[in-house]
Amino acid sequence: MMDASAGYVTEDGRQIGGVLMEMKNITLRFGGVVAIKDISFDIREGEIRAIIGPNGAGKSSMLNIISGFYTPSEGAVWYKGAPRPPMRPYEVARMGVARTFQNIALFEGMTVLDNVMTGRLTKMNAGIASQALWWGKARAEEVANREKVEEIIDFLEIQSIRKTPVGRLPYGLKKRVELARALAAEPSILLLDEPMAGMNVEEKEDMSRFILDVNDEFGTTIALIEHDMGVVMDLSDRVVVMDYGKKIGDGTPDEVRNNQDVIDAYLGVQH
Amino acid sequence: MDFLNSILVKPFADMFEAPDFLMQVLWEGLVSGILYALIALGFVLIFRSSRIFNFAQGIMVVFAALTLVGFHQMGVPAWISVVLSLGVMFVLAVSIERIVLRPLVGQPDIILFMATIGITLFLIGFGELIFGGENKMMITEELGIPTGEFIFEPFGGFLLLEQKDVTAVAVAAILVVALLMFLNKTRMGRAIRALGDDHQAALSVGISLQTIWVLVWFIAGIIALVTGIAWGARAGVSFALEVIAYKALPVLMLGGLESITGAIIGGLMIGLLEKLFEIYWGQPLLGGNTETWFAFVLALFVLLFRPQGLFGERIIERV
Repeated sequence: MMDASAGYVTEDGRQIGGVLMEMKNITLRFGGVVAIKDISFDIREGEIRAIIGPNGAGKSSMLNIISGFYTPSEGAVWYKGAPRPPMRPYEVARMGVARTFQNIALFEGMTVLDNVMTGRLTKMNAGIASQALWWGKARAEEVANREKVEEIIDFLEIQSIRKTPVGRLPYGLKKRVELARALAAEPSILLLDEPMAGMNVEEKEDMSRFILDVNDEFGTTIALIEHDMGVVMDLSDRVVVMDYGKKIGDGTPDEVRNNQDVIDAYLGVQH
Repeated sequence: MDFLNSILVKPFADMFEAPDFLMQVLWEGLVSGILYALIALGFVLIFRSSRIFNFAQGIMVVFAALTLVGFHQMGVPAWISVVLSLGVMFVLAVSIERIVLRPLVGQPDIILFMATIGITLFLIGFGELIFGGENKMMITEELGIPTGEFIFEPFGGFLLLEQKDVTAVAVAAILVVALLMFLNKTRMGRAIRALGDDHQAALSVGISLQTIWVLVWFIAGIIALVTGIAWGARAGVSFALEVIAYKALPVLMLGGLESITGAIIGGLMIGLLEKLFEIYWGQPLLGGNTETWFAFVLALFVLLFRPQGLFGERIIERV
């Protein structure tokens, strides 16, 4: 077992830090339906943490709890060592949690550059008067943030479509722009909701490479939901497995792969 | 033959013969066009950030103008009245967000549209209760708006520009440029545009729905006040002013609901064309008063060929 406070070293030799976020006995009900039942797990600094499970297992609900779109019926999310009070999604975003969406939620009418710039909104705080007059602090701020954004655009290799309205881009590129927007916030935790859904093999490989690079280059902690088991096992350091709203496995990819409950959930079990 | 001549030849001959008069007509058209554009701008701003078609924009113009005049009648100096009116428009924006919009988040657009009709009816009743229903004079001179005339003599003719109209055009132009800068260049502007595109995504990058809605309704309130002053200076302040807001509808049909540039060009086009049509075709051939319907017919005609308006986002249906 791992030491709760000190972190651990991954198979490929990366040092993972202490607990950054912890779900403590989370339960989520919609009326009479229990979407998530008493789940606890932690996310550690610098790791790539995956949440997997069959359709309807409650993975997306869990991500929505982390990002503040849902409030848990019971239990609490602990963030940086303290319980997080119920918050609106924009407040969670301002605390350093950025996310992407399963069905891509981009600002279709705006250019790629503008979309990524919105990721910097939490980093900008010039007064409204300064902004209205496009003067002083607002101007300096805009320039400084623009630099950071260009860096991310370069990093994700989307320079050539910087000025293209997002609505015109193909699906795979849209996913990448969404990742860029989330990265632009320089998040403490990056949540990815099925980053590879609907992609072809080549696009999946690109996306995997970017996720690893982001983690490597910026040290960003990443929590992701994914359907494609192969991809998950290759990418992640530790995996939580959910089924019917319950946690049925938690550990390194190898541990999870050999877990009988997980095998049953994925392959079905004879009754 | 005579008929064709009077439609196709004579109007243009008239224009050519008296270019100074033509310029006068164009100027009048430009002034009303700018005011239509301003009202349309209020619509576009709210539509872009919330997909709400704000039926109340017209009554907000009346309400803002009445508030301004009302404060002045209570003995408050003109410029302080302006500041206080802006304060009232801010309170109005906050109240609308709190009481009307917030409980309706996520409802279908048509529900929110109905809610703005409710706001309209409320403001009519509330305004009459406080300020009374009678016509009022705009406090043009007290605000330091010049009331004289510029007289030019182009082509040896005669052209008269009222100074208050010149002021209105100048102020409107400054307001429009400032708004465009604000929307395209600043953090808040980007947040406004973002919110209109996708609420969920906007929340995920830390944009607060509430803050932006208040901001947008407040800006619409500022636009309403400026429009109210400019229009009130020409025609007085009364509840009848609300009707000019309906002129913004053909402007929006032409310009498209999403486009700020569209609202401006649409407004100017309608202002100019309806005035030209009235003077050169309407009055000699149709007995005048064509300005009440010309804009709507023009808009219908454009919609036949471009259902999304001249500048609107193209409607693409994927199958």
